[in-house]
Amino acid sequence: MDLSWLFGRMSLEYLPHEPATLAAAIGMPLLALGAVGAITYFKKWRWLWKEWICSLDAKKIGIMYLFVALLMLLRGLADAAMLRAQTAVSVGDASGPFDVDTFQQVFTAHGTIMIFFVAMGAMFGLINVALPLMIGARDVAFPWLNSVSFWLFVVGMMLSNVSLIFGGFSNAGWLGYPPLSGLEYNPGPGIDYWIWSLQIAGIGSLISGINFFVTILKKRAPGMTLMKMPIFAWSVLVTTVLIMLAFPILTATLAMLSLDRTMDMHFFTSDGGGNPMMYVNLIWAWGHPEVYILVLPAFGIYSEIVATFARKALFGYKTMVAALVAIMFFSFVVWQHHFFTMGAGANVNAFFGIMTMVIAIPTGVKIFNWLFTMYRGRIKMTASMVWFMCFVFTFTLGGVTGVILAVPALDFQVHNSLFLVAHFHNVIIGGVVFGYIAALTYWWPKMFGFRLHEGLGKVSAYFWQVGFLLAFMPLYALGFMGAVRRLDHYTDPEWVPFFIVAGIGVVVIGMGAVALVLQIIYSIWKRKTLVDTTGDPWDGRTLEWSVPSPAPEYNFKTIPVVTHRDEWWHHKQSKTTQAEPALEDIHLPKPTSIGVIVAVGAGLAAFGIIWHMWWLAGLGTVIAIVSIIWRTMNDDTEFTITAAELRHETGAKS
Amino acid sequence: MTMKRFLLASIIPLTLTGLVAIGWWLLNGVDMDVLNPSGDIALQQRRILFITLVLAAIVVIPVFAMLIGFAWRYRHTNKKARYDANWTDNKWLEIVWWGIPIAIIGFLAVLTWQTSHSLDPYRAIESDKETVEIQVVALQWKWLFIYPEEGIVTVNHIVVPEKTPLHFTLTADAPMSAFWVPSLGSQIYAMNGMTSQLNLIADHTGVFDGYNTNINGKGYSSMQFTVESKTNRNYESWIKRTKSSAGFNQDTYASLAKPSTEGVKTAYRLTDASIFDTIVGKYMHGMQENKEEMNVEAPMENHDMKSHDMHSMEGH
Repeated sequence: MDLSWLFGRMSLEYLPHEPATLAAAIGMPLLALGAVGAITYFKKWRWLWKEWICSLDAKKIGIMYLFVALLMLLRGLADAAMLRAQTAVSVGDASGPFDVDTFQQVFTAHGTIMIFFVAMGAMFGLINVALPLMIGARDVAFPWLNSVSFWLFVVGMMLSNVSLIFGGFSNAGWLGYPPLSGLEYNPGPGIDYWIWSLQIAGIGSLISGINFFVTILKKRAPGMTLMKMPIFAWSVLVTTVLIMLAFPILTATLAMLSLDRTMDMHFFTSDGGGNPMMYVNLIWAWGHPEVYILVLPAFGIYSEIVATFARKALFGYKTMVAALVAIMFFSFVVWQHHFFTMGAGANVNAFFGIMTMVIAIPTGVKIFNWLFTMYRGRIKMTASMVWFMCFVFTFTLGGVTGVILAVPALDFQVHNSLFLVAHFHNVIIGGVVFGYIAALTYWWPKMFGFRLHEGLGKVSAYFWQVGFLLAFMPLYALGFMGAVRRLDHYTDPEWVPFFIVAGIGVVVIGMGAVALVLQIIYSIWKRKTLVDTTGDPWDGRTLEWSVPSPAPEYNFKTIPVVTHRDEWWHHKQSKTTQAEPALEDIHLPKPTSIGVIVAVGAGLAAFGIIWHMWWLAGLGTVIAIVSIIWRTMNDDTEFTITAAELRHETGAKS
Repeated sequence: MTMKRFLLASIIPLTLTGLVAIGWWLLNGVDMDVLNPSGDIALQQRRILFITLVLAAIVVIPVFAMLIGFAWRYRHTNKKARYDANWTDNKWLEIVWWGIPIAIIGFLAVLTWQTSHSLDPYRAIESDKETVEIQVVALQWKWLFIYPEEGIVTVNHIVVPEKTPLHFTLTADAPMSAFWVPSLGSQIYAMNGMTSQLNLIADHTGVFDGYNTNINGKGYSSMQFTVESKTNRNYESWIKRTKSSAGFNQDTYASLAKPSTEGVKTAYRLTDASIFDTIVGKYMHGMQENKEEMNVEAPMENHDMKSHDMHSMEGH
């Protein structure tokens, strides 16, 4: 009986049969089963559903983002460990522990997961937690869309992990250049998993970008002009502009690649009028702004942290804003530097090379401004501040190698070598990862009402920093020796010690990640002694520290009126006691399950397309669209906390 | 100072010493192709590398010094240091740190503009010697080299005369690949249905490793090749020897083009001069029916091919 109408192109041959993937394919469902069992045993399903899954509270959505990002960080690190385990031994006649196909899927998954499901996830998590509080808002502009964004992100993440169990992932690198990712060379479901995992998460990101752009423009507290916003809010504003301009390019590009693959079209094929070079241009027209999308919020975070712990207002606020906006513009005219070696003319290469270097100017200025924020300050070397120190050291090194890569004549000698790999890990780990961990430490009390253990945080920073140097400095040298990226096997025995040291580096970074997890577990255990009763554990400067920890559901009992840049700091300095404004009713969005349902529909549709199960693709699409229409017809989306209830709550506490 | 404080304070210097020792152990006696090049192009690139590093150091060294200096001087336990919570603007300082990077980048921009032209991979190398033409085809997963003027074909191995300009014309019959010989300098992509170009020169004799830098499938790691630079006399005699090898025609190509990593370093005598144009041309119109007409229309294909060359699109 022909069941292909039902199962599409599914067949048993897609089950994993190689030891490494087999272990993951058995281990992951077991872990998931364990989690399900635990939730059932502790009777937490109702709580999980009502308090978290259906929640439209930005802070809770933010915490869920951070949870997923942390899990995926561990997955991405496991991938990295596999890659370096392979390269430490697979020289000459020796073969590594993994076969080529697994190795190629692992490095593709490592890049994809680290960028889309760790960095992007952590970024949206932190923005959700901190941004509304910082601008004196009760919520984001579109709370329900926020839930849709998050669940699309989760579904994208799940697709990329499900591929491990059934079908395999892309083996074409994290940006999947055609023709390698095209039908001719890669007909299997792996590339489709990759496409749809990114497509769905990408649409979620785009919606979030719009959401926070509108939130910043429309929901600021009265008196908070743009130039009185905390610098983190500025960095998010600039980032959301980048997201709104860049992510549609990703969506369109992936859609065209998918049409090539499923409908046999010819956008990016080598024949039939297609042109793979167009794909390379388009994917980087998204991809370059993407790295700034990740790093600009981190810049905002560093600005807040250094000002708070130096107990001094940020140096050169206006310059910092100007630098952010400048970086935003320039980040759109540098994409070609990712492929100087594709054969464009000298004028084109020179233009993009110079534009790339120009970005180093505002970035350098930001570093000087941070340093002069420390100057004549009273610096408390907390864990967040240690992460900041590691950032300046590491990111500056990455900037130097970035300028080297920006000179086209030099790029021809190091492009696609391990020098390039070392460079982008240098800026992404130094800039993005350190920044987001610093922010997690900084805002943790606001999320949970207790601080993270300082000492373990510093231990984690130490391991990350040392591990980074061990893992990536050898790669710079290997690049100069001719080692190219993505090698599962090589012949030159001279490279072995470098790869072994790099492998040790990954282990040390892994210890840093373990220290981070231990820090969280230990702090939860010791939450009584680490409790934050004041709501302002760091003697902070911005509005989020003016409310109790953890922040109440409605953020602010009364919306603050802003008169100064660091409003909360100013308020504490001036010591004036203002009359408590009268309490008013607060309207908040009701929890709803429709966000999850839309995302599940999108996930089913994607799964249907990946496996050519067209009925499922149709069904999923219908579920998603009908749910959205259903939601738009629902007028009863808010609940009210009355002034009387608020008064009662205050009374009960004091 | 208590024991605990002493131990804590010594962590950073100890770690740094350890890292430097590891670096020393790794780098001792290692020969790096990029830093110790054998061709003029790579030599010029190394010079730019050093200039860029020195320029970067002008900014990086003060940044590191200030980072450590300020963090130590203004630690919150040091009550002697001046604390000025509202000192947040200084026009002159800002002019300095906008100005210095602008000056450095301005200098680098000029260098970039000049070297983008002087080291443009498409730019022919000036010499009184006649340029050796080599056509390169990236296959899954081996490199095919065609010497159209000498009538020779090699696999995964090129022999070149020293001190003689080499002009490579590259294409692929495989996913996007890239050709790189770090000892000689500059890499370039090789892509289906179009050609790219690269000019290199070897300054002395020797054997240099070459790599594919762009992933093009399962056998990607095996796409290494060697470049053997010989004296003119030895090169000529190699050509003469190779001329008596087995012939290379469309059939030989068809079996070589099948995906495999068993690229043995072999050499053939070229019997079908149109083979490179055929490989480029087979993607041109994309329609399978056209395949048979291709050889007949080779000269026209050649014309078309040039219009697909990215470089000529920009009016070079």
